Amino acid sequence: MIETLGLEKTYGVRQALKNTTLTIEAGQVVVLAGPNGAGKSTLLKILATLARPTRGRVAVNRIEIPDGAMKARATIGYVGHQTLLYDELSIYENLRYYGRLYALGGLDARILEVSRQVGIDKRLDDTIRTLSRGYQQRVALARALLHNPRVLLFDEPWTGLDQNSSIVLTGLFEKARGDGATVLFSSHEFERSLVAADRALIMRNGRIIYDGARSEWTDAAGFAQLYAGRLAQAAEQADKRGGTAKKKA
Amino acid sequence: MRFLRQVYAILGKELAIEWRTREVLSAMLVFSLLVLVIFNFAFELQGVDILVLGPGLLWVAICFSGILGLGRSFARERDKGSLEGMLLAPVDRGAIFLAKATANFIFIVLMEAVTLPLFVILFNVPIMWFPLVGYIILGTLGFSAIGTLLSAIAASTRMREVMLPVLMFPVLVPLLVAAVKITQGALQNLPFSDYQGWFTLLVAYDIIFVTAAFLTFEYVVEE
Repeated sequence: MIETLGLEKTYGVRQALKNTTLTIEAGQVVVLAGPNGAGKSTLLKILATLARPTRGRVAVNRIEIPDGAMKARATIGYVGHQTLLYDELSIYENLRYYGRLYALGGLDARILEVSRQVGIDKRLDDTIRTLSRGYQQRVALARALLHNPRVLLFDEPWTGLDQNSSIVLTGLFEKARGDGATVLFSSHEFERSLVAADRALIMRNGRIIYDGARSEWTDAAGFAQLYAGRLAQAAEQADKRGGTAKKKA
Repeated sequence: MRFLRQVYAILGKELAIEWRTREVLSAMLVFSLLVLVIFNFAFELQGVDILVLGPGLLWVAICFSGILGLGRSFARERDKGSLEGMLLAPVDRGAIFLAKATANFIFIVLMEAVTLPLFVILFNVPIMWFPLVGYIILGTLGFSAIGTLLSAIAASTRMREVMLPVLMFPVLVPLLVAAVKITQGALQNLPFSDYQGWFTLLVAYDIIFVTAAFLTFEYVVEE
């Protein structure tokens, strides 16, 4: 479960997140859409405990962060823009290393289980640098799933994935939903991402401007239309606010 | 116990990567050898000169090549984003520091294990190995600890190759002066009481900077 209340994040003078309030229940798979610089990655990084909020409240699995970050980390699986893997080590060595950081018991069995889940079990001895981008992304997924997290945070997980890997990822989301885990992922690829999602958020300029359930759009084309409409509406409102402020000045 | 297991896991990873790439060690070794060879040709030191100036040359070689290796310590993690991977895990930041500093300490000691005999051969210096090796290891301890902390700071900046020496040399001054003075005393076979003050300074430096680096590391790697 993810809860944020009045969340704000500022980098210097730039406000990356503005008054973001959000609740995602366990068992929900939510897609986070929005143009570049909308604040999607910042939100995911704060939830993953990689960045500290400037203001507001955040709780992951009812654990307040950043205060309870150390405890929360054991329940969060995160895949970012980079794979976070070591090129010089094999798939097995990478997974074993991360498993030891999470102090997992029965590690070999768990490595085999997640490797099968993402379809890399036949290549466990291959070093990361010999793998294609798609395979590396699969290993990154395995790394994020290794400690059986209750909250999965994925930043553009479709990057570099071929059709087969894409099916694997969709399968993972469905399994997570079935297991009662919470999934929040950002994506620009509506065609592939919306298949897995049962709720969508649209962000623009650090604000959530749309929060709707699966029933509000029919397919990717329908969502793209809704997305464009919401962004145009938000831009228009921002222009009006800007105009009013200028007049007052 | 969990803390130590995590230190062991990170240290094992560091050593395994270095064993496969030999990236840090080879760069440090080649650099220290070059520095000593250049000094050997540039200065024709004999007799008393070498016992007075030699320790300075030795520590310049150790320090320059050590910084070269330390620079890679976190730059490698930042390049691949793998530092984020460590920070995502429920790992005490002190465990990351301890593992990284220990790995750096091992790499620098290995470099010194080649540099010191070469220094003895090139400059024809008669040395008492027993106390000297101990003093050099003591100097390397503080050097590795503060270097690991500053390497983490420098790695997050744009000009990291330049930043590390700029940050490190001012902090290293007391350690380097004490290490050179102690090495001079040991090479000249002076009684320990003649350089005991410098030895105390070196030990105090090690204790203060190892502790400070361990305690502040969390604030350096986390946002």
